[in-house]
Amino acid sequence: MSSRTRSLTLTGALVVLVGVAVLASITIGSRPVAFGDVVAVLTGNGGDLADRGVVEARIARTAVGLLVGAGLAVAGAAMQGLTRNPLADPGLLGVNAGASLAVVVAISIFGVGTLTGYVWWAMAGAGIAAVLVHALAGLARGGVTPLRLTLAGAAVSAGLASWSSGLLVSSQQSLDSFRFWQVGTIGGRGLDLVITVLPFFAVGLVVVLLAVRQLNALALGDDLARGLGESLLLARAAVALGVAVLCGAATALAGPIGFLGLVVPHVARFVVGADHRRIIPVCLLIGPALLLVADVAGRVVVRPTEVQAGIMTAVVGVPVFVMLVRRGRMAAL
Amino acid sequence: MSAPVAPSVDRAGHPHGRMPRGRDAVEAAAVVALVARARRRPLRRVRLVIAGLVVATGAVVLARVLLGEYTVTLVDFVHILRGETIEAAPGASFIVMEAKLPRALIGALAGAAFGAAGAMFQTTLRNPLASPDIIGISLGASAAAVVALTFFDAQGFVVPLAALAGALAVSLVMYLVARGTSFAGQRMVLVGIGIAALLASVIQFVMTRTSIQDAQAALVWLTGSLNRASWPLIGLLALGIAVLVPALAVNVRRMRLAELGDELSTTLGSPASGARLGLLLAVALSAFATAATGPISFVAFLAGPISRRLTGGRPSLWAAALVGAVIVVASDYLGDYLIPDVNLPVGVVTGALGAPLMLAVVISAGRHGKA
Repeated sequence: MSSRTRSLTLTGALVVLVGVAVLASITIGSRPVAFGDVVAVLTGNGGDLADRGVVEARIARTAVGLLVGAGLAVAGAAMQGLTRNPLADPGLLGVNAGASLAVVVAISIFGVGTLTGYVWWAMAGAGIAAVLVHALAGLARGGVTPLRLTLAGAAVSAGLASWSSGLLVSSQQSLDSFRFWQVGTIGGRGLDLVITVLPFFAVGLVVVLLAVRQLNALALGDDLARGLGESLLLARAAVALGVAVLCGAATALAGPIGFLGLVVPHVARFVVGADHRRIIPVCLLIGPALLLVADVAGRVVVRPTEVQAGIMTAVVGVPVFVMLVRRGRMAAL
Repeated sequence: MSAPVAPSVDRAGHPHGRMPRGRDAVEAAAVVALVARARRRPLRRVRLVIAGLVVATGAVVLARVLLGEYTVTLVDFVHILRGETIEAAPGASFIVMEAKLPRALIGALAGAAFGAAGAMFQTTLRNPLASPDIIGISLGASAAAVVALTFFDAQGFVVPLAALAGALAVSLVMYLVARGTSFAGQRMVLVGIGIAALLASVIQFVMTRTSIQDAQAALVWLTGSLNRASWPLIGLLALGIAVLVPALAVNVRRMRLAELGDELSTTLGSPASGARLGLLLAVALSAFATAATGPISFVAFLAGPISRRLTGGRPSLWAAALVGAVIVVASDYLGDYLIPDVNLPVGVVTGALGAPLMLAVVISAGRHGKA
């Protein structure tokens, strides 16, 4: 099989996988609705009011899953390329910790209690943290290097997380709200919220996709990248911006889901090798598929209650990932 | 400008150039001595740093015991240690022996274990992000402890034992995974990440399903604190350290070679299995520490880079361990008294203060062109 047909087959298979996941996400739930009724609602031919509510909620939930899954997976791949570190997750720029601290502050100090309220706080926190990390990493002479970005990011993340813990250990009430946000879930968000956050995903995706060639150059190391005529600082800043926007938007919408962004890029590398022009599109498909499958599994595993997607991604994803690591060839970054 | 052609021969005024041979020999000997001294100097620096750190650790432990809300004089402390009762303050013995001293000791021991384990990971895997935390050791301990705390209402010594069992179970899985594969370090870390994610989701599941009171208790555990310091716990931790640290120290020579990379260090006679053994020892060490205190953020991460700055770039397990001890004891002290009427768990302080410190390391390392 030529590499072209191979990649076409792969793309086709992944698209089908995402399609199946979307279909499952709309038809399967903790509250059973007959397939016929789902179709009736979707085609606009009635269905009773309760069914319509359920299906609409599932559609919004599926949209959230698609956006968050794609956003986190792409951000993770870009982050690992940017820092040339396979242990980097998209939260390494401080985005998750920043968003979490902002939400903790919003809950415990400003008494914010709605999802819409959390979204803006989380976005702001994520943005500030990312800018802080990038600025601090760039303070030293020679500007931002992968190592400095990694260390500064880890330092800022841990520092912010400590502040969150500090606020939470002294306030039981805040912890009670925060613990449910912190799990990461894609349910319970309306379509209006999705539409509010949509532009951020669009901008982040476009930025990362435009920077794919630079990512490949960066992955070769600074000297080679410079030799290829890339402006390192500009390329790094662009990728970092894309990652921060994507991961910030995803975290604001769904809460921190850590595992996805860390692991999907590895899966993609196992499948297509080290070229970011292939990794990023594959991530764009695997991310949503994993998140939606995990979410659907979470709806049925402990009926009538649900297990949040943030938990289920790890439960579904880890066995696959470990198997890949044990059997697959290692594609170095 | 004319090149300085004339060697010492001319200046010395020996026309035949026979005599200077003796001089050359002298100079050669001097050069050899110079090189030998230059080689020794970093080593001497490491020894000096370690000596200084030992003093610093003793000082913070002593400060933790003597100072604070309830102060004890050094003389009284010696009396208490001898088992004598202070007549002016009969309660002093209890406060020192059951609260202040165990707390200081467990902080020092756990800090040392975290520091050594972290340094071992960073040098062996050549990755500044690598620490026993990232591959799920602390999460294994945490998940077991949180489940024990919430679902089984475990109290006292059961919680650390459960945590130790959890962490060791994770290490066992890592060992089974890494066994017999090439690039074992890399694979081990990746599998560790997966396990860590799984365990994190277990913790989150428990946190959302349990009562808010239990969740609060679990959060304090997850943050890392010295609140549960007791003599049996110190005994457990000391036992772990006494077995594991000497074994790690033996492994240090291999560790230095492993920094050259998997293939090269294998060529030089340090098999990758040595590095793997080192990692597993470090994992076990961090398991004991985490069982005793909960995961104290940043110590494993920070101790290595700080100790390297002190020793001038030479990795030293002992220096990293001592730095870890100083960090934890000092942070615990700060957590108690930094904000009046608020007792912050030590993990909050190490994170909140460790982060700026780490950043300072990052930035100053950049100034010297090392990062």
